[in-house]
Amino acid sequence: MKRIFPILSIFTVILLAYALYEALVVAPTDAQQGDVYRIIYYHVPSAWTAFLLFFINFIASIQYLANLKLSTKTAVKWIVIAIGVGGVIACFLPQVQRLLPTGMRPSAVATTVLLIPIFYFLIGRFFPGERLDMLALTSAEVGVVFCTIVLVTGPIWARPVWGIWWAPGDIRLTSTLVLWLIYVSYLVLRRFSSSAQTQMLAAALAVFGALDVPLVYFSIWFFRTQHPQPVIGGGGSMDPRMLHVLLISWMAFLCFAFLVCWSRFRLEVLQREIEEGHAMESLGSHAPAKASLPLSRSS
Amino acid sequence: MNSLWSVILATMVKDIRLEWRSKDALNSMLFFSLLVVVIFMFSFDPLAEESRHIVGGLVWVGFLFASVTALNQTWARELRNQVLDAYRVSPAPANALFLAKALGNFIFVGVLEALMTPLFVIFYNVRVLGPAWQLLPIAILGTWALVVNGTFFAAMSLRTRSREIMLPLLLFPISIPAVVSMVAGTTAILTGEESAHFYIVLLLTYDVVFTTACLALFGMILHAE
Amino acid sequence: MNAIKFLFAAYIATWVIHGAYLGSLVRRFGRLRQQMKEASGFPRSASGFPPEN
Repeated sequence: MKRIFPILSIFTVILLAYALYEALVVAPTDAQQGDVYRIIYYHVPSAWTAFLLFFINFIASIQYLANLKLSTKTAVKWIVIAIGVGGVIACFLPQVQRLLPTGMRPSAVATTVLLIPIFYFLIGRFFPGERLDMLALTSAEVGVVFCTIVLVTGPIWARPVWGIWWAPGDIRLTSTLVLWLIYVSYLVLRRFSSSAQTQMLAAALAVFGALDVPLVYFSIWFFRTQHPQPVIGGGGSMDPRMLHVLLISWMAFLCFAFLVCWSRFRLEVLQREIEEGHAMESLGSHAPAKASLPLSRSS
Repeated sequence: MNSLWSVILATMVKDIRLEWRSKDALNSMLFFSLLVVVIFMFSFDPLAEESRHIVGGLVWVGFLFASVTALNQTWARELRNQVLDAYRVSPAPANALFLAKALGNFIFVGVLEALMTPLFVIFYNVRVLGPAWQLLPIAILGTWALVVNGTFFAAMSLRTRSREIMLPLLLFPISIPAVVSMVAGTTAILTGEESAHFYIVLLLTYDVVFTTACLALFGMILHAE
Repeated sequence: MNAIKFLFAAYIATWVIHGAYLGSLVRRFGRLRQQMKEASGFPRSASGFPPEN
């Protein structure tokens, strides 16, 4: 395990450099925005990465809460399976297809819905017990970092293109701001809470946050239809060459995010080991401080 | 079902009676609410042409700050005499306690709003151009949205350092869709420029979703050490 | 061109933020390693106090 990390790091640096080259040199210049539009190759992949990380946090938090009692654990497992199966079937029903916004293919929605049970069971398999909470914390923290980048690069992009730093009706940037606020409050709760059940409280907050996100989207969406605002980041379809570079950039940032999360996770494992060691020492146990605890693995 | 409501009622009556006897918190909160309205009056020119468009926002921001002061001391009294521990071991369901607290807060904040509203009307010469009766569902649903999450997060903040600042820190981000709906809906009714129908529906959805979530998770929060 | 300034500002800002976070991780790792060294460096007797010498 220990050798993979440096190898992956080198690979990621190369990939990031390649993505940068593609973004600055290879990608064609935009007809309307000129070269400034290339901010998109950092802005959008960061957004997708942040949303993925927050999604992981949401799944981990739900699983953490569900696992507290055996009855809820089984119930939630079946609900998740039902969501997966039901969601996929629903996407191919004509009534549901009519509700989908134009341009969204049912197969794309079906794949997204399938991600919920897939992630649920993968996370449950690879992050048992305490590690589930550590995953939640890791994904929240790294997600906030990427989300910060989205909120910083967004206005930097908007200013030269639209002449304004921020448009309150811009649904994507505003929803991202609210998501950022929710997760910063999540991290603050984790840091300030001195309860033995901090992890459970934080998981509850994450669930609240996840419930909130669609409501945020709808409230701003309707506000925006009444008060038309410029859309920062542009809409509509994209030149396939630009899409190609965008995906390369996203792959690079995903690898980078994976490495950062891995580091943060290891840090958390180490920290909890030390805290347990201290606790056992103060209880007067004869076990040495570096006793092998269930948390530590070969990495 | 009967016993659930009797527990809720009993707890609510107890809270209201205690509050009425001491009146400390109530009086300071009333004065704070008045101060908020006055500060707004000095900061945002009431005679400006656009004032009708911003009064909705000012009113709800004022209510938001006033309700945070009320919510902050929701559980403080229970902590003081280990009443919270008594609740935990009592056979009364946790939901009953939560609903009692939330309803009590709702009444409390409602009183604050009822007192602040005439002040806004006077200072800002508010005239309602749209259907005025729609302000009532917005007020009720909006206040419940703030109070239900506020009561829940106040309980969550009990075991944190800087408890008073923790509540708004947790409450405000989650409340954003409700605040957007409240403000936009109120402005829509005051200016008469658009229909507030969508916002009322969104507030109703918000209330249903979060009341359910709070009831589902409160038991765990109550038993947190 | 003026607009290019914004492009580079965005790219630099991105890596500054990532760098700051990675730096904080490195610092936290260092502090933990220090704590682990201290914890294992003092052999404890059964009473929980370091041996007298």
